[in-house]
Amino acid sequence: MTDPARGLPAAPRAGQAALRWLLFAILGLFALFYLMPLFVMIATSLKSLEEIRAGSLVALPARVTFEAWGTAWSSACTGIQCEGLRPYFWNSVSLSVPAVAISTLLGAVNGYVIAQWRFRGANLIFSLMLFGCFIPFQVVLLPMARTLGFMGLTGSISGLVFVHVIYGIGFTTLFFRNYYVTIPVELVKAAKVDGAGFFRIFWSVFMPLSLPILMVTVIWQFTQIWNDFLFGVSFSQAGTQPVTVALNNIVNSTTGVKEYNVDMAAAIIAALPTLFVYAVAGKYFIRGLTAGSVKG
Amino acid sequence: MEPILEIRNLGKNFGAVEILKDINVSAEPGGFLVLVGPSGCGKSTLLNCIAGLEPISGGTIHIGGRDVTHVSPKDRNIAMVFQSYALYPTMSVAGNITFGMKVRGVDKAVRARKLQEVARQLQIEQLLDRRPSQLSGGQRQRVAMGRALVRDPQLFLFDEPLSNLDAKLRVEMRLEIKKLHSDLGATMVYVTHDQIEAMTLATRIVVLKDGVVQQVGSPAEIYNRPTNLFVADFMGSPAMNLIPARASRHGNGTRIEIERAGGPPIVLIDGRIDGLPGDVVVGLRPEDIAEAGFRAGDGVQEAECLIDMVEPAGADTFVVSLIGGKQVTARLHAETEARPGSTLALAFDLGKVSYFAPDTGERLN
Repeated sequence: MTDPARGLPAAPRAGQAALRWLLFAILGLFALFYLMPLFVMIATSLKSLEEIRAGSLVALPARVTFEAWGTAWSSACTGIQCEGLRPYFWNSVSLSVPAVAISTLLGAVNGYVIAQWRFRGANLIFSLMLFGCFIPFQVVLLPMARTLGFMGLTGSISGLVFVHVIYGIGFTTLFFRNYYVTIPVELVKAAKVDGAGFFRIFWSVFMPLSLPILMVTVIWQFTQIWNDFLFGVSFSQAGTQPVTVALNNIVNSTTGVKEYNVDMAAAIIAALPTLFVYAVAGKYFIRGLTAGSVKG
Repeated sequence: MEPILEIRNLGKNFGAVEILKDINVSAEPGGFLVLVGPSGCGKSTLLNCIAGLEPISGGTIHIGGRDVTHVSPKDRNIAMVFQSYALYPTMSVAGNITFGMKVRGVDKAVRARKLQEVARQLQIEQLLDRRPSQLSGGQRQRVAMGRALVRDPQLFLFDEPLSNLDAKLRVEMRLEIKKLHSDLGATMVYVTHDQIEAMTLATRIVVLKDGVVQQVGSPAEIYNRPTNLFVADFMGSPAMNLIPARASRHGNGTRIEIERAGGPPIVLIDGRIDGLPGDVVVGLRPEDIAEAGFRAGDGVQEAECLIDMVEPAGADTFVVSLIGGKQVTARLHAETEARPGSTLALAFDLGKVSYFAPDTGERLN
C-alpha cells in the first residue's frame, strides 16, 4: 500500500528527470558549438607552422609551443614595423582606462541629475542623449575628424579618449538614470534636510549604492572601447593605433606564408582584457542588469 | 508667546494648477500641529514647503521668528521624518543618525555622545551596527525618528510616518510619538490622512481639502463644531450622520422634520436655535443617537425607527436605520436587543447637534 499523503506517483517524476537531462544535453551541445572556434584558436596558436600545414584543424597540438605567442606579442610585423602587438596593446590600455573612467563618471552624474533632480526639460535632454546611442559610428566620422582637428587632437590618444567619452555618455547616462530612477526621491530630501549638498549627496548616498550598475557600465564601456576598430582606425596615426587596428594589420599585411598560429595568438591576446574584465566583474553584470530597486 | 511656525498667505502652483491657496497656519511653541485631509489635498506639499523642499509661489514662512521663505532646508533648523523613512541604505543605523552632524562638521566626540543619547531614548542601542535592510518596519521608524531627534531642531516635521506600519504597531508608535512630544516639549508638524491619528496626537488640527484650509482648531472643536459638511464628514469614525431635513419656526425654537419612507416623519424640537432656513442638513454623531431610556437631558427626544442593520463591535453595537434617505448610524450599548427588521425607539440627543446649509455646506449654528 502506498501512503496517499506521500506525494506523486513515480511515472511523472521519471518523465521530468528525463526532460531535465534532455535539456542539459541540448544546452551542452550549444555550449560546445560556441566554444569550438575558441578551441580551434587556442589549439592552433599552440602549434608550429609545420604541424598546422600537416595536421587537422581540430586536432590537439602534438607538441605545445608558445613561440607564436611570443611572436604575436613582440615581433610580428604590422606593416613596416615589426614590434608585435605590445606597443599597441599599451595604446589601447592608455586610451581605454581614462575613456571608461571619464564616461562612466559623467554618466553617473548625468543619471543622478536626470533621475533625482528633476528640472524643466529633463525628459527632453534625456531623450536626446538616448538618441545619441542610436547614431551609427559612420555618421559621426567626418564631423568628428573636423572637431578633433579644430581641437588640435588629431591622431592623438587624447583625441580617441575624447571620441569614446562623447560616444559613451549616452549609454552610461541611460544605465545610471534607469538605476537611480528606482531610488525613492525621499532619500535626496532627507539628505537635503540633513544639510548635504548636490555632490555630497552624490558621493555619500548614491555612489555607495551604485556598485552593481557601476560594474555593468564599466564592463559595457570597456568592451565597447577596447573592441572598437572604426574610431581607432580613423582617428589614429602610426604610433597611436589601438590593438584592434594592429591586429588587423598583422593578419592582413603579411606577405608570403600566412602564419595562422601567430594570427590566432594575436587575436586571443587582443581579446584577453575584455574576457578578464568580465571574469572579474561578471557576477555584478547580471546582478546590475536585473536588480536596480533599492529596498531601504 | 511668539509662534515657532507662522505661515502667511502661502500659495503654491504647479504650472497652472493651484495646489495650495492662501494658507494661514501657525504653531505655538510645544504645540503639535496636525495637517489632515484626504489624499491629494496638498497636506504633504505644504509640509515640503515648510521644509523648503518645494519652492512656494507666494506668501511667507517664519520659523522661530525668522523669515525662512527663501532659506534652504538645511538652514531652517528643522528635522523631518519621511513616510518611507528614507534611511540611507548603505549606512549603518549609527551612520544614518550621525550623517547630518557629520555633514555639518560636528566634532566626533559630540557625535558619539548624541548618538548614544538618542539611541537610549529610542531603545535602539543594540541596532546601531545594522543596515536598514536588516531592520523591521518599526525599527526603521525608530531610526528615522532618531535621525530627526539627534538634530534637536526648533521644528519637527513628520510626513505620514506611521502609514507603512501594520495596525497594531501603528497604535504603539502613535503613543510613543505622543510621549516623545510631551517629554521633549518640542514643536511638531505632522501630516496624516488618518483622522484618528489627528485626533489623538494633535493640540491643533488643520483640515485641508483641495489646497484650501477648511478649519483650524483643537481636536474637540473640530469634532464637536465642524465648520462645514466636509469637515463633519471627514473627521470621526464612524462618520457623523448628515440627514437632510425641513426646518420651521416653533415658538422660540425650531421644528425639525425628517422624512422617511414607509412611516411618519421624525419630528424633533430644538428650543435653542431659531432662524434656520427651510432646508437644512442635521449633523448628529452616532454617539448622539442612543437607545431610548439610556440617554436623558434637555435635548433628548425619542422616535420609533426601523432597524436595517446591526453591527456588534465589541464595546458598542452600531445600528443602521434609513432616515431622511440616509443610512443613519447610532451607537448603542453592547447588550442592545436591536434586531434587523424590527423597530426600536431611538433617543436623538440635540445637545451637540450641528446644522449645515445644504447648498453651501457651511455650518449654521
